[in-house]
Amino acid sequence: MMQVSKLTDLYGREGLSPGHTACQGCGATIAVRQVLLAAEPPYIVVSPTGCLEVVSSQYPYTSWRVPWVHVAFENAAAVASGVEAALRALEKKGLGKRQKVIVIAGDGGTFDIGFQALSGAFERGHNLLYICYDNEAYMNTGIQRSAATPLGATTTTTPTGKLEMKKDITSILVAHGSPYVATASPHLWKDLANKVRKAQSKEGPTFLHIVAPCPRGWYFDSHLTIKVAKLAVETRIFPIYEVEHGRYRINYPVPRPRPIEEYLKLQNRFAHLLKPENAHILEAFKQWVESRWNHLLKMAEAFPL
Amino acid sequence: MYNLKTARLMTGNDAAAYAVKQSDVDFISAYPITPQTIIVERLSEYVASGELHAEFVATESEHSALSACVGASLAGARAFTSTSSQGLALMHEILYVASGLRCPIVMAIVNRALSAPLNIHGDHSDVMGSRDAGWIQIFAENPQEVYHYLIQSFRLAEHPDVLLPVGVNLDGFTVSHSSEPVEVLEDSVVKEYLPRNERPRLDYYSPATFGAFALPTHYFEFKVEQDKTLRKAGEVLDEVAAHYPSPEGRLRKIDKFNEDGRIAVIIMGGTTGTLRYAIKSLRFRDFSLISLKLFSPFPSRELVEAVSDADAVVVMDRSMSPGAPLHPLASNVATSLYEAGVSVNLISVVYGLGGREPTIKMVLEMFEKVREIARGGGKRLSRLFLGYQGDGL
Repeated sequence: MMQVSKLTDLYGREGLSPGHTACQGCGATIAVRQVLLAAEPPYIVVSPTGCLEVVSSQYPYTSWRVPWVHVAFENAAAVASGVEAALRALEKKGLGKRQKVIVIAGDGGTFDIGFQALSGAFERGHNLLYICYDNEAYMNTGIQRSAATPLGATTTTTPTGKLEMKKDITSILVAHGSPYVATASPHLWKDLANKVRKAQSKEGPTFLHIVAPCPRGWYFDSHLTIKVAKLAVETRIFPIYEVEHGRYRINYPVPRPRPIEEYLKLQNRFAHLLKPENAHILEAFKQWVESRWNHLLKMAEAFPL
Repeated sequence: MYNLKTARLMTGNDAAAYAVKQSDVDFISAYPITPQTIIVERLSEYVASGELHAEFVATESEHSALSACVGASLAGARAFTSTSSQGLALMHEILYVASGLRCPIVMAIVNRALSAPLNIHGDHSDVMGSRDAGWIQIFAENPQEVYHYLIQSFRLAEHPDVLLPVGVNLDGFTVSHSSEPVEVLEDSVVKEYLPRNERPRLDYYSPATFGAFALPTHYFEFKVEQDKTLRKAGEVLDEVAAHYPSPEGRLRKIDKFNEDGRIAVIIMGGTTGTLRYAIKSLRFRDFSLISLKLFSPFPSRELVEAVSDADAVVVMDRSMSPGAPLHPLASNVATSLYEAGVSVNLISVVYGLGGREPTIKMVLEMFEKVREIARGGGKRLSRLFLGYQGDGL
């Protein structure tokens, strides 16, 4: 596996063409571009229904310079299982060659409707890299809450703010016994690129959870995408870590976190949290961030990589 | 007749698994559901013993089983799965994607009633619920036909002018679990009959986009093209069947028995045998029997030819379309007759729901009743339930 330490270490093969119809400042497409520049060829991309699918595959056009398939919303991991197993069979029979399989899915297709297929594929141990670009709601259908939406965030189906916590998807996949589960942010592109390569070098199902700020759904100006991603990490809201065979490493320690308000105030989905009457929700949000960070520290201490 | 030296005793499910093994599939996805389960159990044994070189993926649902088949098929593999009832209902969404993406998947559908109330026994409600999904649908009457039709299905599905998924239907329990002698072909003969054709597939070195979305500017044309292809698949079927090495096993769209009978009975699946027995042994020689082997694309022309001179046409549906003017098979027959300008005395019979298999006695009573209606003449529509024990009708 070749480490990425400078831009020229990337393969330089753009997987996603310009000209797609994503919104200005779309965090998901920035992340996908980085993933595909880093990914080791040859590979096949599977996507469920979602923003990425809709902005990249309007017939008779396609933004995909790599083989790509979309089947439905809840089954990307099942489709990928089929592709992966089929190529294995064809290679054994001399009818084809194995190629790597990368799923790129949103949080709705991962945390919610695609969760069963995801769990099934990981339990069966298929050789695939599953990437979730997490924009924390159903953005394609107009910003409805998902299991990835954080506490307090307003969406079009949580008009007064979500009452529940964000689902801890990475821990669930660690619990599946995956050889490699990691988080990444597009503002740390080298870390992201190396995690893609590391994940691809493993045998078995691997998972990469990428924070993908969404100007439209989070209500911030489109030039702030990378800044918002950076703040998510530097406030400890989105910790950057990796888990190899159950062993933890925090890749981006945040010894002096930025105030959480700095992250929240950039996004109108959280505007109400900063009002005095909602101080208790802000407090609950902060406690959630702190308890997850402390849990992660303990895991990294107890099971160091 | 059977050559007892070469025939093997097989259930419908055994015959299905054996045919799939000989068809050298590359990929099988499986999820258990009665009465289909034995097919994938057998296949897992063939894979484990090395008799079949394929990847066997036991998915966590039928939805994923068919989704995985779509992925495998687009990756270039010969893919198979099988299901029944609720499993087919759960696959519903992906049935349309499989045909829309032109995946030559073959699936055995062991027909079973749909819940509620829950019922594990045979009827055609499951596949009729998938009627408009754009699949080729074939109906086998017995284990022997299951064997022959499955092998021919792979060639039909993969034909460059077709590239559509095929369902091979067998009645739950009565066909799936009944043992009969089955004549099988040599492995090498099947292999020769099923050559590997090139088709577009997922490949890094020749990248293509599968599963794009189409706006109102293009969607309509996609769907009409798909319909044209499915209709044309009926012609390809004749060609595919003509090359099948076992002449008696060749798939014909319709199978006629006692053609001179004045009352034509149209049926699909395992109950065909009961009716044939009644006509032959109990001397209902005024009845002719037409067993439909191909339901989709619907063989209207062949069917109309076969029944246009009849005094009455009886259509036996093993499912219902609640609230509709007619049940699925009768509806297709009526439309075919209308299109051909043939006006007949039509009798729609619903039978066998939830596994209430018609006995000879029940068939006998029905035939008597049908005779009475036929004698009355006229060109009208009558409705009967066969074996229904409730009030009325």
